[in-house]
Amino acid sequence: MATVALKFYSTSIGKKVVMAITGLTLAGFLLVHALGNLQLLWGPARLNAYAAKLQSMGPLVWAFRLTLLAAVALHAFSAVLLWLQNRASRPVRYQVQQYRETSYAARTMIWGGPIIALFVIYHLLHFTTGHAHGTFVKGDVYANVTVGFRVWWIAILYIVANMMVAFHLYHGMWSWLQTLGANHPKYNHWRQIFAAAFAGVVGGINIFLPLVVLLGIRK
Amino acid sequence: MNFTLKVWRQKNPNNAGRFRTYAATDISSDTSFLEMLDIVNEQLIERGDDPIAFDHDCREGICGTCGCVINGFAHGHQEGTTLCQLHMRSFDDGQVIWIEPWRARAFPLITDLMVDRSSFDTIIQAGGFISIRTGSPPDGNAIPIPKDESDAAFEAAACIGCGACVASCPNASAMLFVSAKITQLGLVPQGQPERWDRVKSMVAAMEEAGFGACTNHGECEAACPKEIPMDLIARLNRDLVCSMVKK
Repeated sequence: MATVALKFYSTSIGKKVVMAITGLTLAGFLLVHALGNLQLLWGPARLNAYAAKLQSMGPLVWAFRLTLLAAVALHAFSAVLLWLQNRASRPVRYQVQQYRETSYAARTMIWGGPIIALFVIYHLLHFTTGHAHGTFVKGDVYANVTVGFRVWWIAILYIVANMMVAFHLYHGMWSWLQTLGANHPKYNHWRQIFAAAFAGVVGGINIFLPLVVLLGIRK
Repeated sequence: MNFTLKVWRQKNPNNAGRFRTYAATDISSDTSFLEMLDIVNEQLIERGDDPIAFDHDCREGICGTCGCVINGFAHGHQEGTTLCQLHMRSFDDGQVIWIEPWRARAFPLITDLMVDRSSFDTIIQAGGFISIRTGSPPDGNAIPIPKDESDAAFEAAACIGCGACVASCPNASAMLFVSAKITQLGLVPQGQPERWDRVKSMVAAMEEAGFGACTNHGECEAACPKEIPMDLIARLNRDLVCSMVKK
């Protein structure tokens, strides 16, 4: 079993399957995270109660965090291996190269990864541990977020980072279907539509919330 | 018509190559790209220069021998055509044309615009065949095959192995080529007995040859002169995953 798994992982397709499954896990988390955060619009009581409820789950919280951490590690590790393989596969580059079908999102996947990772580290220090937050109050999520986003450059940072996340999600959310072999001529064009909708919803919410605070709609 | 050609010239793999500029003058608009190179070569030979070496054979778009990257496009900008079927009328008079060989680690350069595509042969030898009992031919239609499946297999079988998918892929990946072969053989009953071993050994040979990985850019299907769709790559992925859990 272990040898089969290793043999599978030694192929580029095997690494891509790992990227697809871990990417899907992380994307699922992002969707739930974004929808949960939307409760900011209902005010402090609702958002803080939601946060307290999540925190009260005890060992489940850590099980969840470790799963995400493992997914990030496997996703990044496989990405680096594939990137090295792809770089080595064309030692002499073209003088002129034109693209017909690839998208900006597809070409920036490898750079989106580390940029998003750096942003997530900042985001955790900012809103989870509070180390990068001047007036962090544990448990008062609403205050932490509104105070944080009222600083204009922090809000802009979140907006730009989440645009990157949306691009990454757009290419990722139809790529995983292709990688896992889920395709059918009848439904293939829905894959891109689904990916755009998914990226639009997650990215849209994550850009909308800092904007709402920055523009003073929620104080 | 007149053109300025910027052609990659490289004597052999050990020498450093460079672009050289040639003028192609008084070219008829009905000349094919390779005929235009023939004309330029004749002039080079008359001048005592080395002619430009390039791959070609049937010149009717079915053998898969020709192919260069023309102004950044594998087989040139015209979709669904091999280089030999590209005509000079589809260029602008006076245009500068960059001509480069396929660039991939798995396609080492031989000279000028010629590359060694034996890695494709190695992949085919690893499993791109069916084992049959030879002898007198079986009766036609002795094995019933659903029409839509035989059509899909035929569509995949249109792959001529030219290597444009590798050349155009930002990762120099051979996934479209391998997926075409896997689909062609995997869709018909004759290919079933070796289906799961085939996908494993062909993928292993592909990785061994030093091709890159697919990142779903879609450049391969846009460059493919036979317009093989990248949906087939999903099928290849699926077959490899299935082969791992099958004995």
